[in-house]
Amino acid sequence: MKVVVCVKQIPDPATPYSLEEGTNLLVRPDEQVLDDTDRYGVEMGLQLAQANEGTVTLMSMGPKGNAQGIRQALAMGADKAVIIEDEALRGSDALTTARVLAKAIGNEGFDLVIAGTESTDGYSGVIPQMLAELLDVPALTYATSVETDGSEVTIHRQTVDGYDVVKADLPAVVSVTAGVVEPRYPTFKGIMDAKKKPVETMGLSDLGVDPGGKQKVASITDAPEREAGRKVEDEGEAFAEIVALLEQKKVI
Amino acid sequence: MASVWVFVEENDGAPSQLGLELLSKARELGEVTAIYLGVGGDDAFAALGDHGASSVFHADAGERLPSAPLAAALAERADADSPELILLGQAYTDRDVAGRLAARLGVGVLSNASDVRLTGNGVETDHEIFGGARVATAIMSGGPHIVLARPKSFPVEPSGGEAPAIESLDLPDAGKSEATVTESHVEEREGPQLGEAAVVVSGGRGLGSPDAYELIEKVAKPLGAATGATRAIVDAGWVPYAKQVGQTGKTVKPNIYIAAGISGAMQHLVGMKDSGTIIAINKDPDAPIFSVADLGIVGDVHKVLPQLIEALENR
Repeated sequence: MKVVVCVKQIPDPATPYSLEEGTNLLVRPDEQVLDDTDRYGVEMGLQLAQANEGTVTLMSMGPKGNAQGIRQALAMGADKAVIIEDEALRGSDALTTARVLAKAIGNEGFDLVIAGTESTDGYSGVIPQMLAELLDVPALTYATSVETDGSEVTIHRQTVDGYDVVKADLPAVVSVTAGVVEPRYPTFKGIMDAKKKPVETMGLSDLGVDPGGKQKVASITDAPEREAGRKVEDEGEAFAEIVALLEQKKVI
Repeated sequence: MASVWVFVEENDGAPSQLGLELLSKARELGEVTAIYLGVGGDDAFAALGDHGASSVFHADAGERLPSAPLAAALAERADADSPELILLGQAYTDRDVAGRLAARLGVGVLSNASDVRLTGNGVETDHEIFGGARVATAIMSGGPHIVLARPKSFPVEPSGGEAPAIESLDLPDAGKSEATVTESHVEEREGPQLGEAAVVVSGGRGLGSPDAYELIEKVAKPLGAATGATRAIVDAGWVPYAKQVGQTGKTVKPNIYIAAGISGAMQHLVGMKDSGTIIAINKDPDAPIFSVADLGIVGDVHKVLPQLIEALENR
């Protein structure tokens, strides 16, 4: 079974993000990290591939930089990676991103595509669904569990008040929530092996895709600030302050 | 007048709260058609009319996963009717329909909108970035424009509108894109839904261990509150994704929000900072959560919460 996992390198969320003057595009340093939410998709892909004698290919669009984030995912155990990088793709909207990924995934061939539900830096939250439409396969979304026998896939799909069991034939796209599986930590051997694994880089002309639509950010303004209120050091009685406020607000 | 389509999903036999929010906003922008997904019925349709829909496309997907067939039906209809704006919410099925529909129509999607305006030659949306500290205004030309608005962005206001005209929408066979919903499980939940609750009590990494989340539930119970969580403890597997409040989770706007052991990462703040009154308990006096809290308690959640629980239970 051929599993493709979509992953993204993002600026380290622990560092302050900044925007490029003029374009308002997010500044992406050479050193980026694997989006933490992608670790769940990678782990899920590894487990399903192992159970079905398959392979895991990572698919990523964005500036390659030093590819540290991609190596993180390879170190977990993925077999290889494809990175689509092109200056013309800067500021691409969700649909262009999906078109590029769909073309590259189609070229690679797949039985199952796994992605997170949204990225941490862009979070448009529609890429897996667009991919599915462009590839003409079902989108089984917000999975809290995934099972497949290599011909069918069944997930638990998160709903507002519980979950639905959703089933479809492969090939399919599945988006997974954090917590769908416990991601492994790379072993020392995994990290060493990752350095030798193939990382293929391609551009738009290799794929034959037009750069397409851009979403323009017209302006950035400061949001109205919320004022901080009272701060109380707890010396054993602070709970009473909470009770008093709840009384005042007529909650109790 | 601009034609605006609004996606409204059924919840417990009636239009969802989010759907009513979107309808209330949409009628300021133009002539509203509701895309109603669910079993439907006179009461449900009347509620759509009473919030501004003058017509309704009604679709019932039954046991089919709705996104692929519904997107196919809507794409065909959009080609014929050319609506200026198709408005959906930043929610599960909404996102599925929006993504597939946009790919079919070959148009973009503006996500996470907290406001939406039609400008005559395009659409403009506001969305909060950097944890809500800044507001980015995005523009899109061409059309139709597909916009996903965050829940709680618009107040629900009845318009007193009459019963809308109902048209049943046939859902075509989506072939290889079809999927089947074989079972639905409703999880036992104490108290109200997270998105609708007047009081929300949330916990974060500062609780120290999954077992300590019980403290959150014990505070919530006497208050009739919903329980929430940060992404950190959802990722750690302490509580399910459905409880996640924040940028990649739910947006909540309760009258009272109690944040216990939550430092206030940007990711979390964007989902709760518009709450009426915010009460925060954290042992780090410099935690960012205190910058939005009306009452900040610098203290140990393992001391403050048990005392609070006892005080609430003894009332």
